[in-house]
This record gives sequence, C-alpha cells and structure tokens, in this order.
Amino acid sequence: MAMDPVTLSRVQFAWTIMFHYLFPPLSIGLGGLLVLMEGMYLKTKNPLYEAMTKFWVKVFALNFSMGVATGIVMEFQFGTNWATYSRFVGDVFGAALASEGIFAFFLESGFLAVLLFGWNRVSPKVHFFATCMVAFGATFSAFWINVANSWQQIPVGHRIVAHAGELRAEVADFWAVILGPSTLERFTHAVLGGWIQASFFVMSIAAFYLLKQRHLDFARRSFVIALITAALVTPLQAMVGSRQGEIVGEYQPAKLAAFEAHYHTSRQAPLWLIGFPDEAHDTVRFGVPIPGLVSFLSKGDFNAEVKGLLDFPKQDRPPVAVPFYSFRLMVGIGMYLIALSWLGLYLFWRKTLFQKRWLLWVFVFSVLGPYIANQAGWVAAEVGRQPWIVYGILRTQEAASKVVVAQDILWSIAMFTAIYGLLFLIFLYSLNRKIQHGPDPVAESPQAHHRPVQEWMELTGERNDPADKTDWVDEG
Amino acid sequence: MDINVIWFLLVGILLTGYAVLDGFDLGVGVLHLFIRNDEYRRVFLNAIGPVWDGNEVWLVTGGGALFAAFPTVYASAFSGFYMAFMLLLAALIFRAVAIEFRSKEPWAWWRNLWDAVFALGSIVSTVLFGIALGNIIAGLPIGEDTYFTQTGLLGLLAPYPVLVGLFVLSLFTLHGAIYLNLKTEGELQDQIRLWVLRGFGFFNVLYMMTTVATIVWYPHMIDNFSRYPWAWVIAGLTMLAIANIPRTMHKGLEYQALFTSGAVISGTFALFGLGLFPDLLPSRLNPDWSLTIYNAASSPQTLHIMLIIALIGMPFVLAYTVSIYWMFRGKVKVDKFSY
Repeated sequence: MAMDPVTLSRVQFAWTIMFHYLFPPLSIGLGGLLVLMEGMYLKTKNPLYEAMTKFWVKVFALNFSMGVATGIVMEFQFGTNWATYSRFVGDVFGAALASEGIFAFFLESGFLAVLLFGWNRVSPKVHFFATCMVAFGATFSAFWINVANSWQQIPVGHRIVAHAGELRAEVADFWAVILGPSTLERFTHAVLGGWIQASFFVMSIAAFYLLKQRHLDFARRSFVIALITAALVTPLQAMVGSRQGEIVGEYQPAKLAAFEAHYHTSRQAPLWLIGFPDEAHDTVRFGVPIPGLVSFLSKGDFNAEVKGLLDFPKQDRPPVAVPFYSFRLMVGIGMYLIALSWLGLYLFWRKTLFQKRWLLWVFVFSVLGPYIANQAGWVAAEVGRQPWIVYGILRTQEAASKVVVAQDILWSIAMFTAIYGLLFLIFLYSLNRKIQHGPDPVAESPQAHHRPVQEWMELTGERNDPADKTDWVDEG
Repeated sequence: MDINVIWFLLVGILLTGYAVLDGFDLGVGVLHLFIRNDEYRRVFLNAIGPVWDGNEVWLVTGGGALFAAFPTVYASAFSGFYMAFMLLLAALIFRAVAIEFRSKEPWAWWRNLWDAVFALGSIVSTVLFGIALGNIIAGLPIGEDTYFTQTGLLGLLAPYPVLVGLFVLSLFTLHGAIYLNLKTEGELQDQIRLWVLRGFGFFNVLYMMTTVATIVWYPHMIDNFSRYPWAWVIAGLTMLAIANIPRTMHKGLEYQALFTSGAVISGTFALFGLGLFPDLLPSRLNPDWSLTIYNAASSPQTLHIMLIIALIGMPFVLAYTVSIYWMFRGKVKVDKFSY
C-alpha cells in the first residue's frame, strides 16, 4: 500500500503544500499590517512607526523568501506527479495559475526589491507605494490560487470534451470559472486567515518584548495595532466560515456529512461538539451533540433534512475521521482566538492589559493557534473533497502520473524532507536572531518622540517605571 | 498566424526572457567561487540581489503559461523528466537559501559553505536546462499516449545533451561575467574583464561544437530554414551579436555588451524554437506521436482568453522589470540593507 505511486504522490503533495502554507498566510497579513504601519509613519512622521516598519519588513522578507522557495515546488508538482490531472484540467486550471504568475508574482517580486533594498534609493512615498503593491500582490496571488482551488472543489463553467482521444475539461464560461459559487468566500476566508496569522504573530513577539522589558514603546504600539486587527478580523472570519459551511452543504453534501460525521439522513441533524467517529460502525462514540444545529447552519432551519454519508455510493464517500477532527480543531481554535483578542481589547480599554504577565505569556504562545487553524482548515477542505481531485468529475486515484515509479517518488519525498527540515531550522534560527536583535534604535529628535510617548503613557495607563530605561528611546 | 503560433511565440518569449534575465544570475553563481575575497563575493551577491527573485518569476510564469496553453506538453515533460525536475527544484531552492543566508553570519565556515552551495546550485540548474534542451532536440521517448515510455535520470545523459548542457553553461557564464563587468569597478572589474575574455573563448568553442553536432546528428533542426528563409537572418544576426561582444568589451561599452550577450541568448533560443516548430516535444519513437502546438494545445477559446490576459499583464511586467533595473542601476555599493 505504501509503495503505491498514487498514495506516495498524495503524501508528497500534502507534505510540500502544508510546509509551503506555513508562510503565505503570514505574508498576506503582515503585508497588510506593514501598509498600516508605514502609512502611519508617512502621516505622523513619528520615527517609532519607521522603526516598526523596518523591523517587520525584515521579518516579512524572511518569511516571504521561504514562501517563494517552497512555492516553486508547487507550480511544478502538478506536472511532475499529477500528469493525468494536468492534462485533464489544464485548459481551466492552468489559466488560473498562469494568471497568478503574470499578475501577482511579477508585482510582488519587483516591488519586494524596492521594499528591501530601496530605503536609501527612493522617496518615502515611493517606498510606501512599493509596500502597498507587495501587500496587494500577495493578496492577489491568494485570489488566483483560490480561483483554481474553488473550481476543483465546485467545478462550474466548463464542459467535458474529447481531445486527441481523451476526455478533458475546457472553459465554457470564463467568468463562471473565475467567480464560482465558493470563490469569493474561500478567498476571503484564506485572506482573513492570513490577517489573523499576522496579528497573532506580531502580538506574540511584542508580548515577548514586553515580558522581557525590551523595546517597550515599539512593543506596545505593535501589540495594540495587531490586537485591534485581531479583534475585528476574528469574528468576521467566523461569519465567513459559517457562510462557507452553507455552500459546502449545498454543493458538496458528502463533504458536509464527513465534517459532521453525519452517517444517517435525518431531520434535526446534530452538531457534535466533540466525539469520536467510528468509521467501522458508521457511528459517533462518546459524542456531545447539539440537536438540529447542522440542519440550521447548512440550511437555515433546525428541522431541515441533511443527507447522511450512508446514502452516498460507497465509492463516493470521503474519509470521516480526518475532516471531522481537523474541522473541529479549526473552529475550536477560531473561537479561542475570538475570545482571547476580545479579552485583550477589554483589558486594554481598562488600561491593565500590559500588567497582566500571565496573559502576555498566553499571547506569546497563541501564535501557534492560527498556524494550526490555517493548516487544519485546508486539511478539512481537501480531505473532505476526496475521493475526488475535481469534485464529481475526476478521481484522485486516476489523476496521478502513470509513468513515474514509486521508487522515484520515495526518493523525492526523502529529498524534500531533508531540504525542508534544513530550511525550517534555518528559518527558526534567523527568526530568533531577528527577534533577539530587535528594532533599530530611533534617531534622537526632541519633538519627534517625547510627545507621542507621553500620549501613549496616558492612553495605556503605563507609568514611566525605571525598567523603561533599558528601552531604545534612551539609547538614542 | 493562428492563435497556436502566437502561444508558441509567447511561451518562447517567457522562457527566453527567463534565460536572458536569470541567465546572468546563474552565470554569477557559476563564477562565484572563482573569487576568493569575501567582500568581492558580497559584491557578486548584491549585483544580483534586488533582481534575481524577479528574474526567477519568468520561469514560474513560463511554466504556468505552458500549463495553460499546452497542458499536454506540461503533463508529459514534467512527469517524463521527473527526477531531473526534482534535482532542479533542489538546486533552485538551495541557491535561493544560500543567497538569503550567506552573509547573515560572519563565520568563515558558514560563508564558505553557502558560497559552495550557491555555486553548485547555479551550475547544476544551468547544466540541467541545457541537458533538457539537448534531449528535446534529440527527440524524446514519447509513446502513442503522449507520455514518456521511459523515465530516469541516466537516460538523459547521452553525449549530445551533455554537450548542450556544457554549451548553456558557457553561455550563461559569459553572460554573467558581462553582467558583473557592468556592476563592478576597479581591481575587481579588471579581473572580470579577463574572465569575459576567457569565457568568450570557451563559449566560441562550445558554440561551434554544438552547432556542428546538431547539423550532423539532427539535421531536422535546420529543415525549417528552407521553409522560412528569413531564419537565415536570425542566424546571421546571432553571429553578428557574438562578434559584437569583444568589440563592446574592448571599447568599454558596458551596457551594450550586456545587451549584446542578451541578444546572443535570444538569437540562440529563437533558432532552437524555429528548429522545433511546429513541434514542442518531438517523439523519437514515431514522428506522428510528437506533441505539437496543435495536438497539445488548450481549446481555441482558452488560448484567446489567455492572450487577452497576457496582453493586459505583459505591459505591467515590462514596466516593473524596467523600473527595478533603472532603480538599481550603476555599480554595486554594499550597505546595511545588502546581502
């Protein structure tokens, strides 16, 4: 079984895409936060914002380069490991990938050079424009990838045609392909996932500085910008996610049944808060149900009938355990992040947030939450689509390259494991170095910092305690 | 000119753009270990620093365009060259990582290690590109079902493809040296001028050998010359461009020299494309099984939509490319934002 080329190609794809997807969400969200920070700098001329922009740009660059290095693999892997799939969908899916290249990749890579190396070469306004373009490019890139993925999930706007003796999908209605029933929701969900990722990433590092009494003004301001972002975006994400649930219910009923381990068609379909799906016996063990909630969430009516897995032909049923658990993991973490960011915002309003050391420690480690949730969300979406690679049209079993032998794939899995392991170590090492180094001290300029710092003290209720003496403001 | 021919040209332009732009990045990598001084090595890295990432996008977009316009070719070549592509990916990733992290630590062992990785990654990817071109010229084991009948890395290493691999290595190395000539000054530039001279010698020998070998072993590559006599013009212009390299170098025309070596690469790629046309991947098992711009293409409707997308997108791409090169023009200065 393990030597079956299709299984090996699936393992390799899952491994390389999950590793790749550690990086793009942060690029998308942090790009947006950089626009905010540098925009504030242009507006207020406060050098604190300049220091913030420069520090987070460095982190952004590190993360972005990891995304690029692992992204090239994805672009090639459709052809190397999924040749039958590529041939079948190229007319539709290839167009989205090519558009991503021509519209988004060139934009990002070009302006990234200005962002990183252009500080002394272009005016602050041109630099800000470059930052906006990089952020826009990262988001635009996400758009095209979600166009491609949405078509795989809910294929529309195509027709199946015989070409050179074999069937393939061809574009029938271009706009229907681009704006499928789930494209905008899926895209929004992914982008908001990126914003949540970035805000908790910034808060994690800022909280660490606050706990260690380093770069205090820098840390407070970064933290608050990210906290407000998180408090706004996390509930929005829940709403978008819930809308996506309705779409899945309408277009991919077998996937919804797998998410919810809903085996038997029934009215008042329950939502299992927790439980253990028993795939051998088609039931959920030790479950805690909320009766009717799946009916309500997918159809808007507690009494609506929801089709159970057993009413789908056996060969069309997705596995249950992986989608069920990963979906719950994502939603659970989402709820936790909403609660945490609103608690943080409330305490900030009460001016006690930065005195609560235990909470700052919670923020330091909560950066793992969005990482896990973003991965789990994709696992639920992709495994839930099985056994199809293009839902209802092409099976995963039939889509792999027929000429590539298992041994070669084993070899390449080993290669990617070695390379990615090394990359990950270097990434952590470099990130740690950047965090330990911290932001550059701000040039001393009397008007520039004293007033904003005073204002800040009033706003946050911080007193000017002696520990602040270690801060960059005094290093000048 | 039908839409399939237009897409043949567009994919060709993207891949030629990649060869011209990333060609000198790779060439700089090949030359990296020839200089011992750490400061000079940083000059090398920062000469390509702001542009190499954007240059690689041409390859990614070229791959995407191939997927969209000629999906059968994308599927067949990428799966057939499986191990070669995996090796290429490893080389490109290692190269990117080496550029990124090399100067982050002062330790000699650290820098030497990444310098070696950078050079090796550049050499391996350059030679692999050449070997792929050589195998395409020689014909591929494509069966009736459009897929390769045999895969495996060793099968790709026949003498002719290896010769083409070495030829591309000399081409990119020369191009890289001419680029460095533009970006450096003083003692380092003197050294590089010497490399351009030597590189030009190697390049000429390999160019001659490859041309003769192609005409003798694979005469079908010049069939199109009788069909399209203007092909001789391209061949002639490429020769003139080659002759123009020593002239511009001698006169110290740094920009003209770089444009000239870019023209040599473009001319060579144009002749390669012309030799294949209308095939994309010729089958050596049966000419009827070759993948052409017609039997391997997407539907006419998709090709038309993609053409509109390309026409909207390409002006932006050219605008970014030109502005970035303009912004970072002039000799390299290593500062605190540098690699």
